[in-house]
Amino acid sequence: MHLVYPAVLAVLLFCTGLYGVLARRNAILVLMSVELMLNAVNLNLVAFDVWLRDTLHTGQALTLFTIAIAAAEIGIGLAIVLLVYRNRGSSDIDRLRDLAEQAGAGDGDPQPDTTAEAAA
Amino acid sequence: MTLAATAAGQGFLSPTGVEVAFVLVGIATLGAAVITVTTRQLVHAALWLVVALGGIAVEYLLLTAEFIAWVQVLIYVGSVVVLLLFGLMLTKAPIGRSPDADSGNRWAALAVALASAAALVWVVVDAFRATWISFEGAAQGSTEASGRSLFQYWVLPFEALSVLLLAALVGAIVLSRRTGEGRAAAADLKTGAFRAPAPREEQR
Repeated sequence: MHLVYPAVLAVLLFCTGLYGVLARRNAILVLMSVELMLNAVNLNLVAFDVWLRDTLHTGQALTLFTIAIAAAEIGIGLAIVLLVYRNRGSSDIDRLRDLAEQAGAGDGDPQPDTTAEAAA
Repeated sequence: MTLAATAAGQGFLSPTGVEVAFVLVGIATLGAAVITVTTRQLVHAALWLVVALGGIAVEYLLLTAEFIAWVQVLIYVGSVVVLLLFGLMLTKAPIGRSPDADSGNRWAALAVALASAAALVWVVVDAFRATWISFEGAAQGSTEASGRSLFQYWVLPFEALSVLLLAALVGAIVLSRRTGEGRAAAADLKTGAFRAPAPREEQR
């Protein structure tokens, strides 16, 4: 099989996840997009492991470790999102602005969404 | 091995059955992923994520990594998506279309994603134009091979990872435990009074 097929599929899945992380507003949808990006990386690891015929099976072992770390990450992430929701009554990333830098009183905030993105 | 010799050996424009299956499943996976990040119904996003992750599991099977494929089905489709659905329910996600699922900088995000996709596809295609995966010989990712290498060469990372999972579990329990004000809310629930989740500043 041509190595380009899994590599290009992984790239496209990664960029789909990237769009989701940047464009979504709900924190749980952002977590879903992060899962897509992690899966794209896993696909790359498996494809390169099969291509190189590694005797140590480095790529597949690393894929298993990545899957386990992703499971830990989603558990911690959901706990944090639930805590934020319980304290604030909303899980919108755009509204979590406590750490955002205030650009002066008269200056206002010309682009609220992009600054919230950076803070998130 | 030169490009011409490899191409002649592999048949550049005559795809094998595995390749056809891989591309078809890949298109379905990519479509499900795109729907996941663009749909306005939050629960549907989680369900389309199941399709995308299952498609990736099929791709692992086609790449002869069977153990990874079943781990993917067990952990991602089985537990991560269920966790996400629980998260959606516990944050009272609206059933049906929610018009504010996307933030205002959707077009900037689309531009960034398309630019990175174009750059990465160009680089990857340019780099791996002349490489082929050969499936001859024993399967690379059979359960026996994976387990043997995992417990022969990767024992220490494996054990460290189990400690990390334990730490993550304890951390998640500590984070989601109700303390202080939460006990007052529980007492209110017991006496029948219902209090909406108020910001913490007001409860102090």
